[in-house]
Amino acid sequence: MSLRSPLGRVRGLGSAKSGTEHFWMQRVTAVALIPLTLWFVYSVIALAGEDHATATAWLQAPTTAVLMIVMIAATFHHMQLGLQVVIEDYVHGEGVKIASLMVMKGASLLLAVAAAFAVLKVAFGG
Amino acid sequence: MSNGDRPLSPHLQIYAWQWTMALSILHRASGVGLAVGTVIMVWWLMALANGASAFDVVQTVIAHWFGKLCLLGWTWALFYHLCNGIRHLVWDTGRGFELDTARNSGYLVFAASVVFTVLAWIAGYSAMGGM
Ligand code: HEM
Repeated sequence: MSLRSPLGRVRGLGSAKSGTEHFWMQRVTAVALIPLTLWFVYSVIALAGEDHATATAWLQAPTTAVLMIVMIAATFHHMQLGLQVVIEDYVHGEGVKIASLMVMKGASLLLAVAAAFAVLKVAFGG
Repeated sequence: MSNGDRPLSPHLQIYAWQWTMALSILHRASGVGLAVGTVIMVWWLMALANGASAFDVVQTVIAHWFGKLCLLGWTWALFYHLCNGIRHLVWDTGRGFELDTARNSGYLVFAASVVFTVLAWIAGYSAMGGM
């Protein structure tokens, strides 16, 4: 059962087909990405030139694996929201626009799942 | 709903090119660049999961001068987008729109992105034990 009132449900479905959700999630993920990407850059620098065993050991540490999953989620969510705006700005034909958005969202999801799966596989020692 | 009489803003080409405009489009360009860069990140993670020989292939490609050039571009795109993203978040609070403040924060963001990129690469090379 939804606790939202009919008015609440209707709101945000004007001609833009959404409310402030998109704008807000772009900001929330942006804030999350500040520490996450700094940590990731730091990690990549520390791993520069290291071999497979060292990189595996790094990713198998629970803290690393958890932070990586969170970073992957924030990155691809933010990326997909951002690219949507870029496509909406430059692609004007309705059909091409919808097709471009579908391809872009599909590719983002695929990349996100692949990244998360790789992290989990390494973390669980596969 | 179409109203032919409404005033339209002049086309983009009419405006004199300005520093702040360049930085603005660069936020979008760096965002798209970072999106392309995620493919490398996913490839790197998949290779790590696939084992030592797959991982060595990625490491070799990245160590090539062209791989390094891409990585350098990606580092700068990330630092620029991050710094300018913070500038955006400050704007979202309604602050920093005065003309000279906006111009100066632009200079600051640009300089910071270059400095952070150089520092990151110095750190990377020293982590590998020098050149
Ligand atoms: C590091 C922390 C990051 C911060 C603080 C940040 C911040 C932001 C902000 C505030 C916006 C909205 C700008 C606007 O309203 O015009 C934005 C847009 C965008 N971001 Fe990020 N971002 C970060 C990381 C990333 C990453 C890692 C990616 C890609 C994988 C990315 C891709 C994009 C894209 C494609 C846009 C849309 C650009 C546009 O509409 O012009 N961002 N970012």
